[in-house]
Amino acid sequence: MSTQLNDPLTRPLTKNIREDRRPTDMAAYEANDGYQSLHSTLGKRSPADCLQIIKDSNLRGRGGAGFPTGMKWSFVPMEDATPGHKYLVCNADEMEPGTFKDRWLLECDPHQLIEGMIISAYTLQADIGYIFIRSEYLLAAQLLREAIADCHAKGYLGDNILGSGFNFELHVHASAGRYICGEETALINSLEGKRANPRAKPPFPQVSGLWGRPTIVNNVETLCNIHHIVQHGAQWFQNLGIGSDAGTKLYGISGRVNKPGCWELPIGTPIRDIFALAGGMEQGYELRGFLPGGGSTDFLTPEHLDLAMDYDTIGKAGSRMGTGTMIVLDDKTCAVGFVKNLVEFFAQESCGFCTPCRDGLPWSAQVLDDIQQGRGTSEDMNTLARQIGFIGAIGNTHCALAPGAMEPLASGIQYFREDFERHLNNGHCPLCHEHNPKGKHDSQHKGQQGVSQGVAS
Amino acid sequence: MMSSQIIPSLSAAELADIDAEISHAPYKAAVAIDALKIVQSYRGWVSDESLKAIAQHLEMSPAELDGIATFYNLIFRQPVGEQVILLCNSVTCWIKGYEQIREQISQHLGVGLGETTTDKAYTFLPVTCLGACDKAPVMMVGDELHEHIDRNDLTQIFRSREQAQ
Amino acid sequence: MPVITIDNQEYSVKEGDNLLQACLGLGLDLPYFCWHPDMGSIGACRQCAVVQYQNTEDYRAGSRGRIVMGCMTQVTDGAIFSLNGDKASEFRKTIVESLMLNHPHDCPVCAEGGECHLQDMTVMTGHRDRHYRGKKNTHRNQYLGPLIHHEMNRCITCYRCTRYYNNYAGGKDLAAMAAHDHVYFGRHQEGVLESEFAGNLVEVCPTGVFTDKSLVNDYSRKWDLQSAPSVCTHCAVGCNTLPGERYGKLKRVHNRYNDEVNGYFLCDRGRFGAKFVNSDKRINNPGLRDEHGRYNIIDPHQALHQLVEACQGDNNIAAIGSPRASVEANFLLKTLAGEQHYSPGFNAQEQSLAQLALSLQQHSAATIPSIKDIECADAIFILGEDLTHSAPRIALALRQSVRNKAYALAAELKLQPWQDAAVRNLAQDQRSPLFVAAVTDTRLDDIAEQCHHLAPDDIARLGYAVAEQISGKANASDEPANTIAQALLSAQRPLIIAGSSCGNAAIMQAAAAIADALALRKNENAGNSMLCLTLPEANSLGQAMLSPNEAPSIEALAERAYKIDTLIVLENDLFRRAPAAVVDKLLQSVTTLIVLDSLETPTLATSQLALPAASVAESEGTIVSLEGRAQRYFPVSECQGERRASWAWLLACLKELGHPEAANIHRFDDITLACSAAQPMLKGITLAAPDHFYRNAGVKIPRQPQRYSGRTAMRANVSVHEPKQTEDDETALAYTMEGLNRHQPGSLLPFVWSPGWNSNQSLHKFQTETGGPLKGGTAGKRLLDNRQNNNNQQKNSQQAVATTAPAAFQASAGQWLLVPRQRIFGSDELSSYSDNLAELLSDASIEINSADASLLQVKNGDGLSLGENLACLRVVINNTIPQGCAAYSVGIAGTFNLTLGQRVSLQKASDWQRPKQADVIASDGGAHV
Ligand SMILES: Cc1cc2nc3c(=O)[nH]c(=O)nc-3n(C[C@H](O)[C@H](O)[C@H](O)COP(=O)(O)O)c2cc1C
Ligand code: SF4
Ligand code: FES
Repeated sequence: MSTQLNDPLTRPLTKNIREDRRPTDMAAYEANDGYQSLHSTLGKRSPADCLQIIKDSNLRGRGGAGFPTGMKWSFVPMEDATPGHKYLVCNADEMEPGTFKDRWLLECDPHQLIEGMIISAYTLQADIGYIFIRSEYLLAAQLLREAIADCHAKGYLGDNILGSGFNFELHVHASAGRYICGEETALINSLEGKRANPRAKPPFPQVSGLWGRPTIVNNVETLCNIHHIVQHGAQWFQNLGIGSDAGTKLYGISGRVNKPGCWELPIGTPIRDIFALAGGMEQGYELRGFLPGGGSTDFLTPEHLDLAMDYDTIGKAGSRMGTGTMIVLDDKTCAVGFVKNLVEFFAQESCGFCTPCRDGLPWSAQVLDDIQQGRGTSEDMNTLARQIGFIGAIGNTHCALAPGAMEPLASGIQYFREDFERHLNNGHCPLCHEHNPKGKHDSQHKGQQGVSQGVAS
Repeated sequence: MMSSQIIPSLSAAELADIDAEISHAPYKAAVAIDALKIVQSYRGWVSDESLKAIAQHLEMSPAELDGIATFYNLIFRQPVGEQVILLCNSVTCWIKGYEQIREQISQHLGVGLGETTTDKAYTFLPVTCLGACDKAPVMMVGDELHEHIDRNDLTQIFRSREQAQ
Repeated sequence: MPVITIDNQEYSVKEGDNLLQACLGLGLDLPYFCWHPDMGSIGACRQCAVVQYQNTEDYRAGSRGRIVMGCMTQVTDGAIFSLNGDKASEFRKTIVESLMLNHPHDCPVCAEGGECHLQDMTVMTGHRDRHYRGKKNTHRNQYLGPLIHHEMNRCITCYRCTRYYNNYAGGKDLAAMAAHDHVYFGRHQEGVLESEFAGNLVEVCPTGVFTDKSLVNDYSRKWDLQSAPSVCTHCAVGCNTLPGERYGKLKRVHNRYNDEVNGYFLCDRGRFGAKFVNSDKRINNPGLRDEHGRYNIIDPHQALHQLVEACQGDNNIAAIGSPRASVEANFLLKTLAGEQHYSPGFNAQEQSLAQLALSLQQHSAATIPSIKDIECADAIFILGEDLTHSAPRIALALRQSVRNKAYALAAELKLQPWQDAAVRNLAQDQRSPLFVAAVTDTRLDDIAEQCHHLAPDDIARLGYAVAEQISGKANASDEPANTIAQALLSAQRPLIIAGSSCGNAAIMQAAAAIADALALRKNENAGNSMLCLTLPEANSLGQAMLSPNEAPSIEALAERAYKIDTLIVLENDLFRRAPAAVVDKLLQSVTTLIVLDSLETPTLATSQLALPAASVAESEGTIVSLEGRAQRYFPVSECQGERRASWAWLLACLKELGHPEAANIHRFDDITLACSAAQPMLKGITLAAPDHFYRNAGVKIPRQPQRYSGRTAMRANVSVHEPKQTEDDETALAYTMEGLNRHQPGSLLPFVWSPGWNSNQSLHKFQTETGGPLKGGTAGKRLLDNRQNNNNQQKNSQQAVATTAPAAFQASAGQWLLVPRQRIFGSDELSSYSDNLAELLSDASIEINSADASLLQVKNGDGLSLGENLACLRVVINNTIPQGCAAYSVGIAGTFNLTLGQRVSLQKASDWQRPKQADVIASDGGAHV
């Protein structure tokens, strides 16, 4: 982790984070302006004012889709005709392959998230909050629980916070492990103690979410921004970004780079600069491509290195900024294996609700496996193309998991077709061999072309 | 059909933990996942008997609860070893040598993925991206995350654990 | 009505519908799996995909449009879709290919083959060539009990089974397990499925995962089944059924859609109980008892001769009819014996309660609801009934009624009721109020807002208290009456249900008093109140209509001190109806006992002359359901052996006797007509279904589908000459495959099939719209239809309604009040003869609460003897039963000497053998591997 000593106001999210990753406790947090926003907001500014600031700030969700947070919040019914609870949920499920940014925030500065959530809840007039955290983030969950207890002791959580009349309960819910729990409506089902199948939208959770009540789900990083924006203003936040997007962003890189890691940078920082922070490629490896924002984004290639990492620019380049954590494909790693690993992940993590995902992804994975193992046929490339059209469009499936799975596959075939062809033609790939020295390759299957097609089902 | 089966009860500690969750839930079945995790934390896994006992306590049917238990990756419906090894098999770790490490662990423990060592010390499982890709390859042994594992580390990890025991 | 464009064609469609419904309603073929007309949409299978265009320009510009799911897309004016465009059809084809990845190639040995929705959809989408080369996933099957067979490998994960079983029917022991392509639908452990409505899984599952076990074990393809419209005879609800037969044997029963009655679903008693017609207790030949007391088979002419002899001259004749026999047979019997000598076949209590139910319904200011009306109720009060066991299909309907609250909430968010998951997520466990006052726990307690377990008279008292609250005559602090009254008062469509289960008139009176008070209430919903009174048997109400109040009960006949030369008993087992002492007394005064029945009942076993009657599957008849709906059933197959329809035996006898009233009666239709002329209340029965003259496009309606096979071969072991198909002179149906099964009246629909739609899903081709009436009209004729005329609320009613509540129940020392425990399997006579259900029947028991048990010093499983040797029953301790009451298993052998409402002494039985504890449920899981 890089912790350049910048002006904290330009690095709001990580200003408390130390090189040694020791968590910031209540005292340290408060010593560095912590809970100032709480004191200056609750009971002093109206929720409507706060909402306006968030809208004006142009904050976009950091969970992957980049949906404007203020707009999302504005769908929550405020003059509530049907009295009852409203919920704020923090999505700390972080299971997207290649994504490790929320862990950093959670383990190093839990109070920041809590303060962000209190201010968000106040804005939304939500009275109950949950932090839905993935099972394996044991340390983070423990720190959060301690931090919540400290907040109760200080009167920052509970009834009538700081005498403002505002009540907010916050609970940590540790998941039992399923990537789909990160999808916000699946997450809601999981919080209700059910199987985490996503829900159809509409109705949106803002109207009918947890236990049928208005609910907002936001990513950890999104929520960590909130109190800073309310405290320092929309304009301040806008100015943090370089291009059209506002604020800072946690960017990360993993794979064969010298210093894999995560940095808070102005949103819109050029990709090349981020690579520079990572110290460039490891000795002996060359950059062939990268997924800009986690396992469900399309490949970009070295020619895209000068693009700004913001939602629109990356979108125009044919990919998505996603979570902003990049995965690097080097020249000693075969794209077929890379993509297969991802597709298998998504197939395994499918909730099993809708057909294209439940049955289509294992099918794609099987085809990729055949190709990788040297059993592929040229027909298989057509099958994959068909699969991409079948599974790949939002709307074809019940939720965005399966289309996400097709992004690395489709772009992988587009940019690294030679890897596929090498497998098809040679039935063998030195790169894959590198990865699997025990040699699970079975080249005797080569030459089976055509045999297994056309069996009527 | 009234069943007169005697269901082994949950321990006082388990009940206390589950009831603490129930205290802030709108209805008992809402804490199904928490309850499964609580019982698993005490017993290592969720047996059929435990499942029935939890279901009874939460006023749900065993089928309903089993549908939930079997949905999630980290609820174990089969016995596991004292330590569960979760080896990340997602993309960055894969790039950084997951397959070799898997082989080495397998050789060291004498079991493949999904299996438990005969001495019941370890269960070896794959896990999806652990959110520590900057330190790939990674794995968890019990509650502990091991970063940048490579061949040497591996033997060290197991040696130190075995010595500790 | 919104106008939408589908593939360049404009259609007006129903506001609020989804596109899939709309398409099916328009007759367009759009494949689907997870959607179900009665369960709505969840968007899981993605099979119903179509392409939607943003606007005309988008469409004209040749845009690719975007894929949307028909079932999840509400039709809006001006919307443009393509069903048949390449993009949509390619997508749907790939869906089927994906569903087929793991599906076994076992159609030839699969019980669903030939009526498989998955087969239909596979062909419809054009999927043929398989590209997947991987291994198929396989699963282990579970033993799910004697009724349903499980074959998980065939599963396509449409989630219909669990949505039906859990969400619709309230079952708790079937669930979706695991995730991704390992999803498994089953029980937590093997065992008998607990829901009384599990059988519908057979029809709900679009492929062969859940199949009818008795069909699997004795199999025929759907296309080889001969079937006819029928009506379930196992309770008074009158669900419409489609029995299918081959080789003269009933193979299975499917649901016959009736939008106002059973809709899409049956209960398991109806579905599996009907197999009693195959029982080896059926009798095939007439029998005459000789001087040694042995039965000798005689030929039918001889039998008829004997019958005529016995009725001849100045023989003193008496006759006992039956509430499980048709109106027509009963009418002829009554004609034969003469009004004074004809008993409708009830015991005294049944008789007075059936008459009371009739008169309360005739005079009520409230509406007598159909089941569809019941599903619309938004507040319900049940008095004295455990409906799941006494009128099962109504219980299933009530599980839908309580969801009206959810639909109301959904409407506020502009969510359509078919958005199933969304509506459930929104409403969570909020339900429309349902109150139960019963003598024991009931199977609807789980959805009830309040359950009150009271003695019968106290149930009636609570009812009266509620009625008084409603009419404002009582103190508002009287609880729980006030809460119940307030819920009913604020409802738009309140429903009161009671019935004869407790043997207590006051309960029905009280129920009617509430319904009337609601109908007369002074608010905007006045008039919208519903009163439903249940009776035990399929034609109980018909019998009440046929015979006026003064008709003698069985006890009354027994009391008559004169000698009866000939007693004719029609389809009635007297020993089930009255204590043995009463029946014995009656039979002692009889010289010749003649019994017409389809089964060898204890009564038949004591007869001198036994006449084999056709069962419901082999004869025609009209029965009147508890809502007063006259319904006609038709023979599915010709009579086997020397069986005759009861009406045929009786008509022949009347003819032989030269009875004047039989002069104009030549066939079945004439009986119906004569009966409708003779009994004003039954006037409408001729309208229950068209008569035998009806022709559809000039031909009769075929009982066999066009692909009926092996007709020339099925008798080849007997003779290689194919006999002429039997003519059916009595009905508009024919025992052939020639004819037209389209556009006829709904009451004449013998099966559903349409080109390309071999499964039961072809039903939508016969409906005016999904969930709407059949194109030929709803089957049956309501005889008590007060839905139109209940504006004249002040009908000088009330006469039937006693206005005073009974005295409060007092437990008396040493005496226990007998109250009922109904059982869906067992309490009904006919279904208990079904082999299917044999495993599920349990012995008779008596339930008392633990205070009484300790008083009597008995534990669970001990024996209690009742009264002076009335019965000796197994003890079950159940604390929901009020102290001083004892609930016994009604209708189950060992309890026939008992009368509801009777007070009896209880004593620990001394030489009682504890029944063996039921073993762990057996498994036949290995048998099919
Ligand atoms: C399959 C799937 C997995 C997801 N996983 C996560 C996750 O782990 N964390 C997260 O914040 N968002 C995740 N999302 C996005 C969420 O659905 C949701 O958009 C996000 O939590 C909203 O927060 P934001 O508006 O603050 O970005 C996932 C989405 C999908 C479709
Ligand atoms: S795409 Fe379908 S099966 Fe896949 S996770 Fe989403 S809802 Fe579940
Ligand atoms: S029927 Fe529409 S998605 Fe299944």
